[in-house]
Amino acid sequence: MGIETRALTPILTLTLALPMAGALLLALVPRDRALAHKVVSLAASLAAFVASLSIWVNFDPALAGFQLVEDHPWLAFGARYTVGVDGISLLLVMLTTFLTPLTILSAWKAVEKRTREFHIAMLVLEASMLGTLVAMDLLLFFVFWEIMLVPMYLIIGVWGGERRIYAAVKFFLYTTVGSVLMMVGILYLYQQGGSDSFAYLDALKTDLDLRQQLWLFAAFGLAFAIKVPLFPFHTWLPDAHVEAPTAGSVILAGVLLKMGTYGFLRFAIPLFPDAAGAFALPVMLLAVVGIVYGSFVAWAQDDVKKLVAYSSVAHLGFVMLGMFALTSEAVQGSILQMVNHGISTGALFLLVGVLYERRHTRLIAAYGGIARPMKVFAFFLVVTTLSSIGLPGTNGFIGEFLILAGTFREALSGPGGTNATLLALGVVASTGVVLGAIYMLTMVRKVLFGPIVHAENESLPDVSFREGLILATLTVVVFWIGVFPNAFLSRTSASVDALLAAYKGRMVEHRMVRMDEARPGPSDAPYRLAADAEVAE
Amino acid sequence: MPTPSIETLLAVVVLAPLAGAIVNGLLSGVLSRKTVSVLGVGAPVVALGAALWAILLWLPLRASLPDQAVTAVLFRWIEAGPVAIDLSLYLDPLSAVMALVVTCVGSLIHLYSVGYMHDDPSYARYFSHLNLFMFAMLLLVLGRSLAVLFIGWEGVGLCSYLLIGFWFDDMDKAIAGKKAFIVNRIGDFGFLLALFFLLFHLDGSLDVPTLRAAVADPASAFNTDGAMVTLVTLLLFVGATGKSAQIPLYVWLPDAMAGPTPVSALIHAATMVTAGVYMIARLNFLYVLAPVSMAVVASVGAATAIFAASIGLVQNDIKKVLAYSTVSQLGYMVLGAGVGAFGAGVFHLMTHAFFKACLFLGAGSVIHALHGQQDIRRMGGLARHMPFTRWTFLVATMAIAGVPLLSGFFSKDEILFKTLTFRHASGVVPGWLNAVWFALALGAALMTALYMFRLYFLVFSGDSRDPHAHPHESPASMTIPLIVLAAGAALAGYVGLPDPSLNVWEHFLAPVFGGAEEAIHATGSHALEFALMGVSSVVAVSGIALAWWLYRGAGRDVPARLAASMAGLHRTLSNKYYVDEAYDLAVVRPLKAIAHHAWKWIDAGLVDGLLVNGPARLLSALGGGVRRLATGDVQAYAAALALGLAVIVFLFL
Repeated sequence: MGIETRALTPILTLTLALPMAGALLLALVPRDRALAHKVVSLAASLAAFVASLSIWVNFDPALAGFQLVEDHPWLAFGARYTVGVDGISLLLVMLTTFLTPLTILSAWKAVEKRTREFHIAMLVLEASMLGTLVAMDLLLFFVFWEIMLVPMYLIIGVWGGERRIYAAVKFFLYTTVGSVLMMVGILYLYQQGGSDSFAYLDALKTDLDLRQQLWLFAAFGLAFAIKVPLFPFHTWLPDAHVEAPTAGSVILAGVLLKMGTYGFLRFAIPLFPDAAGAFALPVMLLAVVGIVYGSFVAWAQDDVKKLVAYSSVAHLGFVMLGMFALTSEAVQGSILQMVNHGISTGALFLLVGVLYERRHTRLIAAYGGIARPMKVFAFFLVVTTLSSIGLPGTNGFIGEFLILAGTFREALSGPGGTNATLLALGVVASTGVVLGAIYMLTMVRKVLFGPIVHAENESLPDVSFREGLILATLTVVVFWIGVFPNAFLSRTSASVDALLAAYKGRMVEHRMVRMDEARPGPSDAPYRLAADAEVAE
Repeated sequence: MPTPSIETLLAVVVLAPLAGAIVNGLLSGVLSRKTVSVLGVGAPVVALGAALWAILLWLPLRASLPDQAVTAVLFRWIEAGPVAIDLSLYLDPLSAVMALVVTCVGSLIHLYSVGYMHDDPSYARYFSHLNLFMFAMLLLVLGRSLAVLFIGWEGVGLCSYLLIGFWFDDMDKAIAGKKAFIVNRIGDFGFLLALFFLLFHLDGSLDVPTLRAAVADPASAFNTDGAMVTLVTLLLFVGATGKSAQIPLYVWLPDAMAGPTPVSALIHAATMVTAGVYMIARLNFLYVLAPVSMAVVASVGAATAIFAASIGLVQNDIKKVLAYSTVSQLGYMVLGAGVGAFGAGVFHLMTHAFFKACLFLGAGSVIHALHGQQDIRRMGGLARHMPFTRWTFLVATMAIAGVPLLSGFFSKDEILFKTLTFRHASGVVPGWLNAVWFALALGAALMTALYMFRLYFLVFSGDSRDPHAHPHESPASMTIPLIVLAAGAALAGYVGLPDPSLNVWEHFLAPVFGGAEEAIHATGSHALEFALMGVSSVVAVSGIALAWWLYRGAGRDVPARLAASMAGLHRTLSNKYYVDEAYDLAVVRPLKAIAHHAWKWIDAGLVDGLLVNGPARLLSALGGGVRRLATGDVQAYAAALALGLAVIVFLFL
């Protein structure tokens, strides 16, 4: 891995500068011009999306390393403004630029209070998320990571529901605890590297013993695990989702959570491979607990937004499982599943928002039978549900199938033969396909079907043109990924394979050095063979 | 016009119904009823035409093709790591038969629906879902890879869900749809696990011909790791018990009768529910390697056949009788597959598609005529008013009852014969099991004749028991399919006559099943087969005679007296052995309790209450003492922050 291509034109910078420019422009618009705020915000985010299309077009799927790299000096002590994109970040960048305009459009009617500040927050959020994804410098990454918190905190705390202050403070404190430890980790890495550099590519070369790696993995991993969120660090999520306005929930679930999973894949695993290996099984265990536990708790909810929030815990359990299975198909499946979750859970929150705007309640029991007055809504809710429960033909299936396939391959024919623990985890994770159907279809039945029991639901207006447009766009992507996943997988495979090869190579190198020192002899010969085979793979 | 290739035609077979589903689905509010009908019925008819055309082109070529098969690769679907799956269609003798059954019966049922659903406000949605079902079912039978089969497998489950709950205003119907989906998903869980073990433990392939070649290699894991092959085939069978409604996952099918009656005919009788049987037949080469699995399959099939038949004896809802009958007949097919009679199992699948579709559509015609009445105790005397419905229903009833020379007679007989003579080459399956299976199957055959003719007599004979009924014969769009299906019910058996020289069926399917059947030592002579035909004829006729005596003849007061004298048994049967109640108590409620407690105790209590908010409360209490440090001086805070950070960094480095 390394730098493959440098950008002739700074496309990446342009993509993240456009929302920032929009935010600055908004600051100049008078406070009472709500329509102008919305238009500027939508235009800026659409411009960023168009700019990102040129990233997609100029991205060469055959290359494993970073592409379209820009590199400039930034701070005195070696921190640089280095950005680039590879197969691991590309899909998430596209997801961010795709989802943000839809989200802004979804808030057209819902947010009427302090529209200027709201849209500034949305655009700053978009820019900081993009920055987090493309940063190739650890300090730059951290700065974007921290900036990201502020607009989200404000979106929950200012435009949220009744308990918004509690939820916002909880969100902020929880994620800050993680961030502080990660900051310490980054500084430690900087000091260990000894080259006055925060560059990601230099960090990859830093030599760390197992003990150092374990501490650093824990420091980074906690920050990421909270963000994912991995069980049992998830309890901030339902509160944040329930209190956040619809647009906040969509971005939070759609993109922000992926910063945690992305962080594992970009930093925690490749920088600390031995520790990642040591932590793999416990992390996968928590991931599988998340799948089963999240599904059960989702089933018990009577608030539809909370149900969707807990379903996220289950879905991201799949993502974490695939990532730590560390096989090509599982990791690619888990990247795709991050996108899938952004699309389908984003759509679910939008759908919940459509209901909320009409009835001002999120209680499942307040609905029932609304498929009759809201036919188009019912269509979108059913399709999104199918995507969420991974029906073949939709995007959800591809992700879950690849994650489970990779987990089973590692369990059944990994280098060490059959791994019973991993096999058990795979089997338990597979029950997620049944559990997902149970809680989602139960919710759909209670909301959409049966007789109408509340008279006020008789005449609910169906989705408007604007709402329909947003949902239709997402639905197209649901089927696009489901039917032609290779358009996406072909762009992740080179980078993922290189990452895994480097990971396995480094891990084996370390072990062999230690084994040679400790006990040279015939016992490590088969190990060497296995190692060679892995590197060759 | 140049002749299209077989590959193109196969794509048309699958895509025409998809196109119909999309157009009728998206333009449901715009199109006229007539356009919807033309598109809705046109789509499966086009598929039927394309399938026929493809098969006619393929027939003269097939002898020269490997496995007599044509593959149409549409595109590479998934590629990641070692996982590479093509979306490809496969025409071989088995899929040809299945595609014809599906498109033929499917087209007739679409046509019938034009009349049956005529007044429904969601007419376009109905046809959209029904076309989508055709798409998924054709993908299932034509898919070359198990992964493509699985797309269809889950797709038909989805359509079943949508169509059972078609009248979603009714809570019971919506719940029945959800139940069908979830029970099927439990089966699919097994199926999915099987795929992974197949891929990664046996080094197999999801591509069926490749898999077959791998199995043929004596050094492959398939021939050395018997335990794993047994596990894989059993897991696949879990999927089949869901889709093909076998014990213990059959519980969704009786409830599925909540859907419109043509849906019951197409999905829940003729096609989708046979998918499990098809899958086992498709993987016959795998099953013959696992004698234990075969014995399990046969046992479950035989048990389901008699279990469901016994429930069918006492049901009073015309569709429920047919539903339990379907479960029972599927048991026969599964039994056939379990005893290695794959050809016979699929043969019964085909004849059953005709006679059971005919029966369901006949029932639909009756329900239509009686404005929704489904209780057979309130029917009677319909023969006079509905001649087409009556005669076609009678033919199909005779066919399912096993009256000699009609289709069901031949196919059922074939399975009975093979059940008695099955010997697995390994010798693992003990011979007494054959006797048990045979006894169960014969008992089920007697019950079938009895409950079917009970149904026939109660509905069509005698006088009407409902003074308010004004029945009328159904329109031509409904009676024409009935006539065609009745003709099929009568004649479809003649492709599989019990004589090697006349058995076109076995000969045609030999490329698919020939190899597997070699692994099975079927003993038994021709004479035995003819003797068995005599036995089953006697059984069928006795069942019919008994039904006559009980429901038309002198014994008319006997059913009530029997019910009274064996009240316990009668109650148990009427309540379907209380299986739904048992599942609710043993599975559903405990899971719900777990969900509730996981949320209240673990999530809200332990994790959030104690571990997260606990320290926060503690800090906030301590904070009371620290408050005097909080001066509100921002610069002091910043200095303290910087100092603290420096200390941390210093300590760590």
